[in-house]
Amino acid sequence: MNNILLCGVGGQGTVLASKLLAFAAMERGEQVRTSETIGMSQRGGCVVSHVRSGESIDSPMLPKGSADIIIGFEPAEAVRNISYLKKGGTVIVNKKAVKPVTASLTGSGYDGSEAIEYLRQNVESLVVIDGDAICEKCGSSKVLNIALLAAAAKSGALGMTVEELKSAIVKRIPEKFHALNIKAVELA
Amino acid sequence: MSKRFLMGNEAIALGAVHAGVNVVSGYPGTPSTEILETIAKNNKDGSVYVEWSVNEKAALEVGAGAAYSGARSLVTMKQVGLNVASDPLMSLAYVGVKGGMVIVSADDPGPISSQTEQDTRHFGQFSKLPVFDPSSPEEAYEMIQDAFECSEKYGTPVLFRPTTRVCHGCASVEVKDSFEPHKPEGFVKDTMRWVIFPRTSYLNHCKIEKRNPQLGEEFSSYRFNKLTGSGRKGIATHGISYAYTCEALQGVDKEHKLLKIATPNPFPEKLALEFLEGLDEVVCIEELDPVIERELTYIVGKHHLNVTVRGKLDGTVQPAGENTVESVKEILSGFLDIKYDAPKLPPVPDLPVRPPVLCAGCPHRASFYAVKQATKGKKAVYSGDIGCYTLGNAKPLDMVDTCLCMGADVTIAQGIHRVEPDTVNFSFIGDSTFFASGITGVVNAVYNQTDIILIVLDNSTTAMTGHQPHPGTGVTMMGDVCAKVSIPKILEAVGCTYVKTVDPLDLTAAETAVKEALELKGVRAIIMKSPCIAVTKPQTLYKVDGDKCIGCKRCIRELGCPAIVLTDGRPFIEPSLCYGCGVCSHVCPVNAIGR
Repeated sequence: MNNILLCGVGGQGTVLASKLLAFAAMERGEQVRTSETIGMSQRGGCVVSHVRSGESIDSPMLPKGSADIIIGFEPAEAVRNISYLKKGGTVIVNKKAVKPVTASLTGSGYDGSEAIEYLRQNVESLVVIDGDAICEKCGSSKVLNIALLAAAAKSGALGMTVEELKSAIVKRIPEKFHALNIKAVELA
Repeated sequence: MSKRFLMGNEAIALGAVHAGVNVVSGYPGTPSTEILETIAKNNKDGSVYVEWSVNEKAALEVGAGAAYSGARSLVTMKQVGLNVASDPLMSLAYVGVKGGMVIVSADDPGPISSQTEQDTRHFGQFSKLPVFDPSSPEEAYEMIQDAFECSEKYGTPVLFRPTTRVCHGCASVEVKDSFEPHKPEGFVKDTMRWVIFPRTSYLNHCKIEKRNPQLGEEFSSYRFNKLTGSGRKGIATHGISYAYTCEALQGVDKEHKLLKIATPNPFPEKLALEFLEGLDEVVCIEELDPVIERELTYIVGKHHLNVTVRGKLDGTVQPAGENTVESVKEILSGFLDIKYDAPKLPPVPDLPVRPPVLCAGCPHRASFYAVKQATKGKKAVYSGDIGCYTLGNAKPLDMVDTCLCMGADVTIAQGIHRVEPDTVNFSFIGDSTFFASGITGVVNAVYNQTDIILIVLDNSTTAMTGHQPHPGTGVTMMGDVCAKVSIPKILEAVGCTYVKTVDPLDLTAAETAVKEALELKGVRAIIMKSPCIAVTKPQTLYKVDGDKCIGCKRCIRELGCPAIVLTDGRPFIEPSLCYGCGVCSHVCPVNAIGR
């Protein structure tokens, strides 16, 4: 069984990323279950997607300590969900912090660096991605999800190859966005 | 058959379509909303009639009328919506239906996005209606078709109760490629059948009491009620908790029986007896209320069985909140005496909290701010309601003092005013909520001569649940363009002493309107009209002029806009989040914010 957890902040594109993962697993002939947060969380709140694939799956939600890989779209969110990571699991994390309104109001100095440091100390297999730089090179802030998936695929812990990811993009995303997203895959 | 990757709600929708549903009505509410939306999306030929009704009571009555006429009808709502629809529901249970009628009431353990953790299975027992409780999207697709069959066979409406993790979980589902359409017979007049009278109700009550034990017997062999295993210990569960239990039991070699209840009402007693036979102890793993636990306790007593029933009532299972694979593992480790070590983790540093907030550019922020400014120094109470604007309670706006249920802002304000006549009582209501259940409250205020100020936050959509149309939007779920129902005309017609429509993004005009209303008595209404940012295009964005900015942070302190962040001690407007509403430019004391 393959257990993947994607986490971030509402609007970062986690849902599409989880759909692509599910699609690729179905193409491989596996059973897939996913679970998303929908509702209040869309408005600047935390979002988590669970993606599980394999021969037979019961729960749509990952048990704690079972994720093969956590894809963190934001540093604090990766840390918030670290209890899902299995021993020796991989974390792919985007460097850039999303500052919540509460941090600006209280004058908290949250900038994500402490969260990244925590991950460096506690996760053996960690890949930190400069998602902003990739988005800038592609000329779109919308490719963050693809960039993170590509980095995850390249780490070998995703259960999905870069080729499978490209094929999922071509089959599931409107044609006019293909070149943009493929570029993000190459750059990641 | 073909395999499709579907969300639980999509599976329910396709299942209903494949059962030949003719009429679908509902009111949006998480986690149920996508069911009706999916049916509308798959209805290019218009063969199914689909509507968002003004509220759940209206939806249920539309569905009942259709089912009286022999159509197959589906009604969708969230669990608290069933409270609104409970008046027709209770009577309809007696009257019955001709065409199959399934009422989906989606429960929300947690609760994740609801006011209560109420359990629709109780509503099934209360109304004496059959209840179906699916445990996965695949099962939901099949089970909703069974629910239509059951409804038609027994001439009764049927409750279908999924929970959030089934509604919003996705799975690969095997679906039919074609289906038999259902042709309604039409309405046949029959006073004794369709007009509810005390005498017929007595007879119908007798029929229901005779039917339900038969139905319970039939459910004992229903394909989705499952009994497996052997031994002296038993686990009884349902819904998504069944999936958690199966996962928790993987690799467990201790002998046990496992009972899954897919039809909690009428309870499949025969199957339960088979389960209880030879057991010393049972643990019931349920979410929300201990429905199966009480039923099993009753059956144990009725049949003088020597079985201990554990669960929520004796504290073995947590009384509230969601179950998880881990929580079930923990329970079973004690119950079956198996070793379970909860994963241990290094301590996590303090993380920023992310409560949901009003979006950058949300017109509600401007509305709340305008009222706040206009009432500075006044003794005022602000009653709020259900919708995005409940988020106006967060700091720094802090403009929602009460929130109870749909439409209650208008009437709670009246009650407070009766006790504290020297306070100014504001009630904030959204456009969809106004149509759903706000109008009667306004009539109540006018009739009883109460002094309140009603602020209608009209963003031209039902925003919180994902932008559904409503009577004020001029479009329907059948894609038709229709006349818009006018909120100001309603307010004028019922006798409000002051009715004014303003654009809240024009803060000066909005504040002036509130000040004018404050000078008057009676029911005064201001419609703050500006579309939700999700249904409009962003305007030219605003920037902070670093040379002019004095770093007072007033824009941050007063508005709490997620687009304004503090960077090196100075406010910075994040261009990817700004919508160009311009409210911050009004707030800046030195005009440092501009386009």
